[in-house]
Parts: sequence; C-alpha cells; structure tokens
Amino acid sequence: MGVRLFDGGSASMIRTRILPILTVVAAIIAVWYAFAVILNAPFERNAAERAGETIGFAEILPKTMSQQRPVLPAPHQVAVEIWETTAEKNITSKRSLIYHAWVTLSATLLGFMMGTALGILLAVGIVHSRVLDKSMMPWIITSQTIPILALAPMIIVVFNSVGVTGLLPKALISTYLSFFPVAVGMVKGLRSPETMHMDLMHTYSANRAQTFWKLRWPSSVPFLFTSMKIGIAASLVGAIVGELPTGAVAGLGARLLAGSYYGQTVQIWSALIVAAVLAGLLVGLIGWIGGWLNRRMGVREARA
Amino acid sequence: MTNTAILIAAIVFWLAAWYANTRLAALRPERGPMVTLVNLAIPVLFGAAILALWEGITRGFGVPTVILPPPSMIWERIISSVPTLWADFQQTYLKGVVSGYLIGCSLGFLVAVLVDRSPFWKAGVMPIGNLVSALPIVGIAPIMVMWFGFDWQSKAAVVVVMTFFPMLVNTVAGLNAAGHMERDLMHTYASTRTQSLIKLRLPAAMPFIFNALKINSTLALIGAIVAEFFGTPIVGMGFRISAEVGRLNVDMVWATIFVAALAGSLSYGAIALVERSVTFWHPSMRSERP
Repeated sequence: MGVRLFDGGSASMIRTRILPILTVVAAIIAVWYAFAVILNAPFERNAAERAGETIGFAEILPKTMSQQRPVLPAPHQVAVEIWETTAEKNITSKRSLIYHAWVTLSATLLGFMMGTALGILLAVGIVHSRVLDKSMMPWIITSQTIPILALAPMIIVVFNSVGVTGLLPKALISTYLSFFPVAVGMVKGLRSPETMHMDLMHTYSANRAQTFWKLRWPSSVPFLFTSMKIGIAASLVGAIVGELPTGAVAGLGARLLAGSYYGQTVQIWSALIVAAVLAGLLVGLIGWIGGWLNRRMGVREARA
Repeated sequence: MTNTAILIAAIVFWLAAWYANTRLAALRPERGPMVTLVNLAIPVLFGAAILALWEGITRGFGVPTVILPPPSMIWERIISSVPTLWADFQQTYLKGVVSGYLIGCSLGFLVAVLVDRSPFWKAGVMPIGNLVSALPIVGIAPIMVMWFGFDWQSKAAVVVVMTFFPMLVNTVAGLNAAGHMERDLMHTYASTRTQSLIKLRLPAAMPFIFNALKINSTLALIGAIVAEFFGTPIVGMGFRISAEVGRLNVDMVWATIFVAALAGSLSYGAIALVERSVTFWHPSMRSERP
C-alpha cells in the first residue's frame, strides 16, 4: 500500500468520498420507502372499502410494508427475503438464492473466460495482419451497434434442438457479449506503445514475437482490464437473459421470470438485488486486480 | 449434386475474396479517393465472402434450417413479410425505444446539470451512477411490465431507466472536462454560472454527451426487445423473436434480427453524423490527412 501523505487522510476521505455516497444511498432508500407507501396504499384502501370500513393513513402505513404481493416491496421486505433465501436455506436447495446465483455465475464466468480469450486472440491477429484489420475492424465496430442480446433466445433453442442444454448455450451468449469489448479494447491496447518505443525495439532488432511479449503485451494490460470490466458486466446480463427463454429452470433469470409469472414481486426484487450485488462484486474484483497489476507495473489506468 | 457445387463455388469465392483483400490491403494508397475506395471495398468483400460461405455451408452440408437457415432464405423471408416486420418495428422502435430514449437521455442530462452545481452531490452520485451503469438493469423489465402494462409504455419505462445512468455519468464527467485555464478565463470575463455553463462547459461536454447518446442507442434497443420477452401484445420485435423461436421458424427470427441490426446501426450512424458536425473541433474528428 502507498504511504499516506498527510495525517488527516482518512478523516477527509470519509468527509469527501464516503459521506456523499452514504447520503445518496440514504436518499434512494427514503424515496423507495415513500414510493412503496404511495404505490401499495390503493390496494389497502380497496380492501378496506370492500370490507366496508374506513381506514386512516396511520393504519395504511404499516400495512403497505407487509403485503404479500406488493406493487413495490419495501426495502426491508426485500432484505428479509434475501436473508431467508441465502443464509437460512441450504445451499443445494432449489429455493436458495445462492444456488440460483451460482448457476448464473458459472455460465457468466465460463462465457467470460471464453470471450476474453477469443477477444485477445482476435485482437492479436488484427494488430499483426493488415488484411484482418481492414476487413474485420469495421464489422466488429458495426456489430457493437446491433442488439446482440436479441440472439439469445435463438441460440438457446437452437442448441436445445441439437441436444445441447444446460451451461454451454448460456455461456455462449456471455462469450458473444464479452468478446466485442475485449477485442476492441485489446486492439487499442496492443497499438498503444509509442512510435519511440517501437523504434527502440526495432533498433534492438527485436522480432515480432519479442516486440509482442516485451512491449505490446505489457502496455496493453491496463486496456485489457478496463475492457474486461465492461465484458464481465455484459457477460452477466447475457447469462441472465439467456435463462429467460429456457422455460425457467434455475438461475437468477429464471427467478425473475418465475416471479413475473406468479406476481411474486418480493422474489423479483431480491433476485434483482442479488444480480446487482454479483455484478458489483465481479466488476469490483476485476477492477481491484487490474489496479493492483497496474501499480505493480507502474502504469496508469487506461480509459477505454 | 448441385449442393456440392454450391459449396465448392462458395469456397472458391471465399478464397478469391481473401486473395483480393490481401492484394487490396497491400496497395496502401497514399491519399485521395483511392483510400476511401480501398477502405470500403475490403470490409464489403469480407462480408460478402462470409455470406457466401454461410450459404455454401448450410446448403452444401444440408444443415437443417431449424439450426441455421441460409442467407438467401432469410432474405426471401424479409421480402415476403415486410408488413409484419414493419408493424413490429413500429411497436418496438418507434413507440417504445424512441420515447424511452428521449425521456431517459433528457432526464439524465437534466439531473447531471443539477447535480453539477454541488460538489457534495456530485461526489455521491458519480460512484453510484458508475456502479448502476454496470448492473444488469434489464432485469427490471418484469417489474415495469407489471406496473405499466403489456403495451409499449412498459418497454419505454425500461428504456428510460437503462439510458438514464450512462447519460448522467457521462454528462457529469463532461461538464468537468473544460480546462482550468478556460474556466479562469470565463471568471476574468465576470461571466455568471449560467453563461460559463452554456458558453464553455456544455460545448466542452459534448464529446461525452454524444458518447452516452451512442451507448444508449444500442442499450435502448436491447432493453425494449428483452422487456418484450416478459409480456407484450402480439406485436413487437421481442415478441416476434420469442414466438417464432418457439415455432422453430428460425428464418423469421433472423429476419427480425436483421431489422434490429439495421435499426441499431442506422440510429448509431445518425448520431455519429450529428456528433461530427457538433464536435467538429475535437481532435478525434479531425481528418487524418495533413
């Protein structure tokens, strides 16, 4: 870790970094509660009307936060649901969110690794071959503007019809989604060495492989991690969407779909929150590894 | 027998196109219209070769059309079902995507300008906005369908949420892009906050804002299509994809994907064109020739 430059460092960091974030989070939760009351109140009013009673606001307020199928569940309801389906359930249970998160995560990771490997390979090809560069780069850029995710259901069903089910079709969607950002970022990264450095390698009479391993590859690492952060987020989205058309067996996407079929809003929200936490952890992990590597190599983080 | 002939013809075409591209890439013209011509010819030839190979392999090996239909069959399908495709396009793109995109982007922009006034809120909103931009927001689709019904309004709502955060984060970052020197200059002119916002900081933020507009144009289409997987009237691109996949009409799925790809790249291209004229001063827009 770096040396603290001044003693008040941690205190001022809390004031200028942590405090604003906590304020915004608190504001979001407050707005959430307010909307939970506003959106859930009509249901309680209707119920009271049908029972022939009049109901005051003070009575509505607690009821809006404990409905079975609220329009918008209150944050603590979601928190309780997440706690019950993660900590209190056996991990192998079909009702455990950890089990579902793992199903999605395994497809995400497999797809992400394949996509990253493919993206790096393609970028290496593009940087070294003028033909590949000229013929494929325009298509790669164009393909980023099309909604690739629309392919997801077709990939799943097509693989199902050939008899391939389970992890692989979902992972392929993730591969497809994470492959483009990595390829584009790596082309940028492998081309990032300055002319001076390339000329220096030339004066050393370094061959292509030597230039690649000693100059191009190290200088592309910051770009790789920046694009991997985009890639893993896209992979997770791909895996979740890939679970939608399969008829909802397991995974966070399946939980979303099942929740929307049966109107289980609390279940939808808890699956969403878990997906969000998962995305945050994955992106954070890659960012952390990238930051550590960058510090070790003494380079600045790349902006993609 | 004819299938084998098609396969061989496709492979020959592929090899010829590859050879032509190698020669074209080796030309390295210095300047003038030849540069544009070569830069255009190579990817077009590559695309044509891929299509030819696709056609040749699917026909030559007799790949079942359920798995991968040949391009010619997809094209026939596109031609023969223009009214359906147009109706889907209207429902998903013209109603859901465009309205959601406009609302989401302008909301993100407005909130960014408001947040920009206070360093405290900026420090709080930026990390959270960055985090949310990386989250699988598409997941809110079932909730929006429950709240706003099956029609395009729920799709627009998903698009609003999806486009809001990239716009917010990029605009806030862009408003800080103007250099200290320029800001000091505005200060010496005794310009008000609004004046320096309109004359200096907004123009300086334009590259960032257009970046968000471009990211959002793709995100919006994805959001609308995926939201239709969760419930929709019997029209729309997402509905068409999931329904025809269920009936194993894969050629119709490809036709819809073709329309989506066309809509996606055309809107991206249109935004890029506007960007070119608005941020003509930015280094990335200058022409490569001296």
